[in-house]
Amino acid sequence: MDMPPLLSIMIFLPLICAIMVALIRGEKGDEAVIEKNVKHLSLFSALFVFAFSVFMYLKYDPLATDFQFVEKITWFGENGINYHLGIDGISVYFVLLSAFLTPICIYISWFSVKKRVKEYMIAFLMLESFMIGTFAALDSILFYVFFEAVLIPMFLIIGIWGGPRRVYASYKFFLYTLLGSVLMLLALLTLYAKVGATDIPTLIANPVDFGLQKWLWLAFFASFAVKMPMWPVHTWLPDAHVEAPTAGSVILAGVLLKMGGYGFLRFSLPMLPEASLYFAPMVLWLSVIAIIYTSLVALVQEDMKKLIAYSSVAHMGFVTLGIFSFNQQGIEGAIFQMISHGVISAALFLCVGVVYDRLHTREISRYGGIVKNMPAYATVFMIFMLGSVGLPGTSGFVGEFLSLLGAFKANTLIAFFATSGVVLGAAYMLVLYRRVVFGPQNNDDASRMPDLTSPEKIVLLPLVALVFYLGIFPTVVLSKLEPAVTNITSIYDALPANRELSVVPLDNVSDSGELNDAEGENKTEQP
Amino acid sequence: MENLNIMTLLPEIFLAITAMGFLIAGVMQGNKSTDVLCWSSCLSFVIAAALLLRIDWDTQYLLNNMLVSDKFSMMLKLFIVVGLTATTALSVRYLYFERIARFEYPVLIIFSGIGMMFMVSANNLLSLYMALELQSLSLYVLAAFHRNSLRSGEAAAKYFILGALASGMLLFGISLIYGFTGSLDYQIIASSLKNAELIAPGFTIGMVFVIAALVFKVSAAPFHMWTPDVYQGAPTSVTAFFAIVPKVAALGVLIRLLFEPFAMAESQWTQILYFVSIFSLLFGSFAAIAQSNIKRLIAYSSIGNMGYALIGIIAATPQGIGAVLLFLFIYMVMTAGTFSILLYMRRDGISLERISDLSGLSKTHPVLAYSMAALMFSMSGIPPFAGFLSKLFIFNAAVASGHFVLAVIGVLASVVAAYYYIRIIKVMFFDEPEDEFDGNMSLEKRLVLLFSIIFVVGFIFKPNALLDSAMSSAKVLFM
Repeated sequence: MDMPPLLSIMIFLPLICAIMVALIRGEKGDEAVIEKNVKHLSLFSALFVFAFSVFMYLKYDPLATDFQFVEKITWFGENGINYHLGIDGISVYFVLLSAFLTPICIYISWFSVKKRVKEYMIAFLMLESFMIGTFAALDSILFYVFFEAVLIPMFLIIGIWGGPRRVYASYKFFLYTLLGSVLMLLALLTLYAKVGATDIPTLIANPVDFGLQKWLWLAFFASFAVKMPMWPVHTWLPDAHVEAPTAGSVILAGVLLKMGGYGFLRFSLPMLPEASLYFAPMVLWLSVIAIIYTSLVALVQEDMKKLIAYSSVAHMGFVTLGIFSFNQQGIEGAIFQMISHGVISAALFLCVGVVYDRLHTREISRYGGIVKNMPAYATVFMIFMLGSVGLPGTSGFVGEFLSLLGAFKANTLIAFFATSGVVLGAAYMLVLYRRVVFGPQNNDDASRMPDLTSPEKIVLLPLVALVFYLGIFPTVVLSKLEPAVTNITSIYDALPANRELSVVPLDNVSDSGELNDAEGENKTEQP
Repeated sequence: MENLNIMTLLPEIFLAITAMGFLIAGVMQGNKSTDVLCWSSCLSFVIAAALLLRIDWDTQYLLNNMLVSDKFSMMLKLFIVVGLTATTALSVRYLYFERIARFEYPVLIIFSGIGMMFMVSANNLLSLYMALELQSLSLYVLAAFHRNSLRSGEAAAKYFILGALASGMLLFGISLIYGFTGSLDYQIIASSLKNAELIAPGFTIGMVFVIAALVFKVSAAPFHMWTPDVYQGAPTSVTAFFAIVPKVAALGVLIRLLFEPFAMAESQWTQILYFVSIFSLLFGSFAAIAQSNIKRLIAYSSIGNMGYALIGIIAATPQGIGAVLLFLFIYMVMTAGTFSILLYMRRDGISLERISDLSGLSKTHPVLAYSMAALMFSMSGIPPFAGFLSKLFIFNAAVASGHFVLAVIGVLASVVAAYYYIRIIKVMFFDEPEDEFDGNMSLEKRLVLLFSIIFVVGFIFKPNALLDSAMSSAKVLFM
């Protein structure tokens, strides 16, 4: 192997730096110096990892259909559980996203985090390492190890540096996700017992029988639906978001939520195709409910972070909608939506963090008319707000459009309802923006807030650029996604039961009722 | 005269001579020799461990088939000796702080250790009973070691009465088995049960009694009632000992009984253990939620953990037993680490036992707090810590042998258990700090904690060595 083990370096570099940060010591009275060293070391290591990830992205061969940068070392067990890493067109973006957001998180905490800086940085470095590991793992047990390990730093981040109800929020986050994940562990072990391997490509190549698939699918669903989060198991998310510090929210919305969608794409869809088809109607309806219900809930929120948290649930609804439409556009749209949401929601939480640092409240009514004293902030906030709404030209549009297109192909009725969520999404974001940025300046302290400082600009500008770049040149991303997505859809094209569902041309369907019938038939045809 | 193979028993003989020597020395020197004797007993455990590693691990029957020595028993003996070393080292300073430093302590620990080592290599119901009693009697005295404390006396009385009851049940079961099979020897019992269909009901009843007695010894529900009270009442150093070592021996005895003499009656004992396992899992996880005393919490957590170990036994495959061995060792290491912190916790000369005493530990003693957090995450089975792998292998064995219901109950119980483990983390990290603890942590506690943390964190990187030896030890039972 000529290439250095890039993925391992990206996983272990933050961990090693976390240990180094832990070992930074100094005399009493040198706290300021220690703090400075801690911050610098953390930021540099995060930037290094980001540089590695960009290098990896550039080296990534977009035409190859196989996994790349593969590393495989025997780990333990008689049947060989391996330390097996590799990335394909899907995971490369999530690795990139994780590596991109971590330095931002560390940098924005530079001034806002005052207590226990050292531990804070260690937690974020650990988090980065586990996140990259989750997306790069090609062995299901290794995946589970990273997937679960993420809980530890996140639990501490919410619990130590969070808001007033942090303890409740951190417990809820931890136990909800753990409950889902342990069931997934049993599913992985069952697959190990049946197929005799934990290797993800091997598991994809050897599907189990349909009866077992249904149970396994439900177990995976328990984990990924909570992580995603899908309605009705989304309730941990608003609490976690509201209580988490800004950087915690950024990572939570930017990366951790994507683990659910990534899990669906990596496990449920390719490994359990028949069961996925069988349960698809349920997922689609849950997605629609999530989109409409959480959008309505978002409309009445008085807390900025809570509003954005509910909007995240709605946006993740589009993702599950796209994924479970089982066609090229739908899945590509879902992935694109995840990437775009990773950038936009992270940016929105940063925007909330900017005003929160000044006024220490997230209540919408405490702001108003700040466009007069913070014009730059108003502009940046507007761009992200419109990106979240899905304005053409921003990255939000592409993902939403493609996943809805995919959904229309799969089920017109569901897609119709889902599309109404776009309107609702515009409603709550515009209401938020109007109430915070425009209107009369009723609050003196809000009207005295200074505009963006230069560190804040440094953080937000790349995100603005990315929103436009992804919105205007989506093919850059989509072209790399294609081989990996084709790998998934080809499994479904090969299934006899699926022919009717995904290959029904749109013009053959006169109304939604008929398509529903076709779907009902499909269900009965299952063995 | 047949070959006595006395060399194979060298570790036990060595320890027995040491214990008697210490007893004489103690009587001559009085209580001022306690610390010397404690440290020398640690040393003798290390020597015993070295002897264990030197002697032959192949299967051989000793003393007219009264004892068996094979990889399985050797592995458990090694665990026992390691546990004894750690707990004895942890006790010394505690004994002096509590003013209960009497020379009988190390002697009793060694005697109970010898009992346990014979237990795991018993090949005859009579030698099993003898060994078990040697161990139990030493433990009863140890529970009462703080003789001026009411709680300690109460704990010992409870333990003794219930333990005597269990011993009675064991003897009654043994006599029934003897009556229906005509022998006490494991192999002869096994060969007299050639056909699983034709097992006499009397034998089954005897087996149930024996299993019930051993379930009492491993403190699994519904024979767990003594555990929280004894754990709380006994001096903390003794609690540490109770939580770590005797369980290994009792489970070892149980496993050998189930897979050698009772192998044919598997369908019968599986039903019993199924119930015991589920009951322990649920009881251990739900009852622990309401506890405010750490020692009681650990008692309930140990009940729950025995539930997991029983899942591995019910799987009834070499994989499952290997998983149990690994589970026991990891549990031992985690518990030793936890107790090294608990035994250090004292303010104004009074040792602390409440969970709230840990408040804000992350500010006053950050290293301790992070170690404790790693141990608690590990106990609740969160990767990448060792506790995760120990549960992984147990569930893997359960799933591979088709026990899905048990596995699902097991993982759900682990989520409930996670609630009380992370409560300790919450108290340490999210709550406001109290005063610092007295003095510095002593060297031996640091060493035990360090070893425990290195193991808990590092195990995931190199699980192979221990895993393979556990698996190969388990295989001898299935040959």
